[in-house]
Amino acid sequence: MTESVSLTVRDVHLSFGANTVLRGADLDVARGGTACVIGPSGSGKSTLLRTINRLIEPDSGDVLLDGRSVLRDDPDALRQRVGMVFQQFNLFPHMTVLRNITLALRKLKKLSEEEAVQVARTQLDLVGLAAKADSRPAHLSGGQQQRVAIARALALQPQVMLFDEATSALDPELVKGVLGVMADLSAGGMTMVVVTHEMGFARSVADTVAFMDQGMVLEAGERPRSSRPPNIPGCAASSPRCSDPAVRSCRRSGGRSARAWRPAPGRTPAPGSPTPGWP
Amino acid sequence: MDPLSTLWETFFDWDSMREALPEMLTVGLPNTLILAVSAALLGSVLGMLLAVAGISRTRWLRWPARVYTDVFRGLPAAATILLIGVGLAPLGMRVWGPNPYPLGILALSLIAAAYIGEIFRAGIQSVEAAQLEGARALGFSWGEAMRLVIVPQGVRRVLPAWVNQLIALIKDSSLVYFLGLLASQRELFRIGQDYAANTGNQSALLLAGLFYLTLTVPLTHAVNGIDRRLRQGRTVAVHPDDDGGLAVAGESALPPETAARKEP
Repeated sequence: MTESVSLTVRDVHLSFGANTVLRGADLDVARGGTACVIGPSGSGKSTLLRTINRLIEPDSGDVLLDGRSVLRDDPDALRQRVGMVFQQFNLFPHMTVLRNITLALRKLKKLSEEEAVQVARTQLDLVGLAAKADSRPAHLSGGQQQRVAIARALALQPQVMLFDEATSALDPELVKGVLGVMADLSAGGMTMVVVTHEMGFARSVADTVAFMDQGMVLEAGERPRSSRPPNIPGCAASSPRCSDPAVRSCRRSGGRSARAWRPAPGRTPAPGSPTPGWP
Repeated sequence: MDPLSTLWETFFDWDSMREALPEMLTVGLPNTLILAVSAALLGSVLGMLLAVAGISRTRWLRWPARVYTDVFRGLPAAATILLIGVGLAPLGMRVWGPNPYPLGILALSLIAAAYIGEIFRAGIQSVEAAQLEGARALGFSWGEAMRLVIVPQGVRRVLPAWVNQLIALIKDSSLVYFLGLLASQRELFRIGQDYAANTGNQSALLLAGLFYLTLTVPLTHAVNGIDRRLRQGRTVAVHPDDDGGLAVAGESALPPETAARKEP
């Protein structure tokens, strides 16, 4: 894996016409850290994510990798350093799984066919899908497709990975496999920003949990070290999809519940139950 | 007189057909193919340019593409062929000499491009925006993403409509006779027409019609076959069994110490 970098989002503003989506969003992720971004639908989570790899250009503010602004870089080159995984996978349906991964390697990294295939097979192996190399994406389950999408992004050896509700479109029983790959990646020291509704994942994997509402990061807490509950004014208005008990109790107590943000017990779980609290 | 016997004698006279057959095969068929294939290639390339220009965010590309499409789709093919073939004849004479084919092919291509451009545009626009986002997120430029990801998917979706247009093109190639053809330049329809005029019997025209059918019907079926194969290549139902293996693979991808690695 390439050397990981730190990521800073500073005071990012963005409007689409009269619709203001981001109002000064900030986010800090240390080298090799994982930030989970949670918040109600329409709070600007996905948009914030897209300003990091500049799929959407912010109106103002800055995005820095290792302290260096990326806003003057070539966006196409930036996106090879910052991988992204989408809710709907966005695999290319007219290509095999292997082709999906080798396309960018051949055309952008200018690898030879053999080198590209080798890299792709290695990545597929890592997500447990080596046997599916010659399948079309439509022949895979959602969970498998999403793991191919992760492999496709990782094949370019990014320094940062962005996950936009990567498990929201999956059937519950498929979520686990994808979250497993993501936790693995986090454990390997990848700098990651994860927009998610999976509170269990946020609790057990994230270094930072950022709560967004109305285009701002209202509260960003270092998850494991502090059991102090963050003061979350927007919590009561949180998405009804946040059905996690932590959010519910947080909502009940108007964001003051001490229990809500305490790390899950047993941070070093017994083998066989790697991530407590996952669905 | 029995009206059916008139039909039979005028259009199904085997001797007249037999007489016209050699020239149809050696002169008419090659010429029709030259006209149709060249115009199909040029028209498809121009059509693709029009399609991409038509969805461009740049007004100076989008607008000319729209005006072009409206004009060349709206004019009768015969009028366009005359306009270009006769109107540009002095220019053509200087460049190619007294051969109506280049201008005829150009006119056919320009007409076909207007239709094919709309077909391709519809196909390209039917590809989900998420595909473009997915490609751009990998680091592809807009042009690369269009060329490698969006256009191939879009064109596959409109293959049947595209073939419709190629069939129309094969038939429209007969209109080039307006431009005045030497004996060796005549295509299928013109040869049929000449025999009909010389003998007073229309059977040669019917023979020309049969030639057109032998070109268009197999083309339709060939492309439908390709279309079916491409579709089956990508829309087979997910096998539910696959997910059993998936959950296992997902778990094995997660070492037990995962959650514990976050020690600062």
